Amino acid sequence: MSKRKTERLLGLVVCLLSTRRYLSADQIRAAVPGYPEQDDLFKRMFERDKEDLRELGVPLETGLNHPFDDDPGYRIRQQVYELPELRLETDEAAVLGLAARVWRRAELAGAAAGALLKLRAAGIDAGSLDGSDERPSAQGIEPRLGTPEPAFGPLWEAVRDRRPVTFSYRAAGRSDPQRRELEPWGVVNRHGRWYVAGRDRGRDATRVFRLGRIAGPVKFCGPAGSVTVPDGTDVRELVRDWDSVPAPEHTAVLRVRAGAGIGLRRHAGSVRADTEAGMAGWDLVTTRFADVGWFADYAAWFGPDVVVLDPPDLREAVIRRLKGVLA
Amino acid sequence: MTASVTSTERLQRLLALVPYVVSRKSVGLAETAAAFGVSERELVDDLNLLWCVELRAPDPYCPIDLSYEGGEIVVSQAESMGRPLRLAVDEASALLVALRMLAEVPGLKDRSALSRLIAKLEAAAGEAASASAQVAVQVDIPDEGAEAYAAQIRTAITAGRRLHLRYYVPGRDEATERDVDPMRLHIVEGRPYLEGWCLRAEAMRLFRLDRVLGLDVLDVPAAPPEQAQPVDVDQGLFRPSPDDVPVVLELSAAGRWVAEYYPCESVSDLEDGRLRVVLRTPDTGWVRRLALRLGEDGRVVSPSSLVAEVREGATAALANYVV
Repeated sequence: MSKRKTERLLGLVVCLLSTRRYLSADQIRAAVPGYPEQDDLFKRMFERDKEDLRELGVPLETGLNHPFDDDPGYRIRQQVYELPELRLETDEAAVLGLAARVWRRAELAGAAAGALLKLRAAGIDAGSLDGSDERPSAQGIEPRLGTPEPAFGPLWEAVRDRRPVTFSYRAAGRSDPQRRELEPWGVVNRHGRWYVAGRDRGRDATRVFRLGRIAGPVKFCGPAGSVTVPDGTDVRELVRDWDSVPAPEHTAVLRVRAGAGIGLRRHAGSVRADTEAGMAGWDLVTTRFADVGWFADYAAWFGPDVVVLDPPDLREAVIRRLKGVLA
Repeated sequence: MTASVTSTERLQRLLALVPYVVSRKSVGLAETAAAFGVSERELVDDLNLLWCVELRAPDPYCPIDLSYEGGEIVVSQAESMGRPLRLAVDEASALLVALRMLAEVPGLKDRSALSRLIAKLEAAAGEAASASAQVAVQVDIPDEGAEAYAAQIRTAITAGRRLHLRYYVPGRDEATERDVDPMRLHIVEGRPYLEGWCLRAEAMRLFRLDRVLGLDVLDVPAAPPEQAQPVDVDQGLFRPSPDDVPVVLELSAAGRWVAEYYPCESVSDLEDGRLRVVLRTPDTGWVRRLALRLGEDGRVVSPSSLVAEVREGATAALANYVV
């Protein structure tokens, strides 16, 4: 950290905020202490300072005071710089404190803390500044969003700045990763996992990718602002459709050992004791299911406590799994 | 913390510091230092730096005047720095995404405060709020039952009452009965969990709401013991203990989901997209069930006792199919 640089940047902000006219680079050099005499050194330093301020979100404006001016000048318009007036009721401030804790230790934790800092500076008293308050939240709720996927950071930036990206992706059940080029439209967290939806350039189609299956780095492959999100796009819906479970249209008849298969019985259509000879201690359970593969997995989980009687393809699928174990 | 603070980060703090004091007329050094997460000494350095800002042209002047005599900060001249900088896109998004996620939390009573706050922040953030629409978080509300349970749990936490739970443990295919002193309702990985002191296990436990079979708020005050300390869910929901059994599994490409779904101690790639994973668990019962479910897509390598159990399980299950 350089104190001199902080002082210079602060001087620059104050100087540009207090002017209505655009100030030329030379006028700025004269007003703000800390800039070097040499022109090329000044130029380089001033360029970097402008970049730093823009990154902080300081709305630096460039313009001409007069159409015949040669060089552009700079200013910061106060009404664009300032956070608008904002008053919160007590209950709203309490919820704000809770929201700031959501990202704790995740990708946007710093951004949430920065936002809270500004709101506090506007006179609002919310929860703790950095969300690291160890006291349980007043509402007894602890919501958390995690971003363990390394791809989250670059993809959020890409979505925010509308930039296309490229990455290598290992689709479910595939042995080798493939290169993908994507125009990202949004990121969605579903069932605790992050997804990105957008237009896959290679396939020229809308696609959804799970961030956890991205192998290696995400790289930008085009300038900011070059991605257009089609009107009416609902990324949440795209991810939901991609991930959705079909309606349970089939019926399974199962023989379930009494006292066992509790998970199955919770969603059963009917349960009755098996009255067939030699089947004492077993129940007959009917339940709806959507997908043979998925439901066979589930039935196999219960091992010797669940036997599929019908339909035959489901019965065969379970037998195949069990034989696979012994193979 | 200070060592890693960059010039721009400190600038951010300085830009917030002036309006922080201005909006409160006067405020104590200690309180301000705590609010900004710095030491009083660092805060005084910040204040001195602000006070020293000087513009030299056209006429030299000091735009900021302040004092902190007697430990009370007063800003008497703030020029154009009396208001904080507007929210950046990341900042507005972080809060708005979190708030919209909260709006989905089951059993939340503060919904009206939430929607009022979202509207106010959207208005204040202006354009910076628009990117937040590209991020969505969905909280899984398993069914109407879980929504009602969440409301009951919040009531019990507020009133300090004990709960009786009927709770399903899929790994053992067992419905358990237990009393729990509820402490918090977590939303982790998109799912609601009850955290509380389980009197049966005599330990802190997390219960997934979609596995609650029944719930009663008892007419007994909750009395969690001294050692009932909150679980740090940020360290992960499942933390293996050194006494846990290490289990080695080999997965085919189709079985790779296991590594995404269960917390693994190590994951290494084998040829043909196959994986070798190591998990630690106090109870291998669920791994036996997992192996049956995986069929040829997963194989337990060790411990050998579990390998034998899996084979026995599969043999017994297959016997049911011999007509």
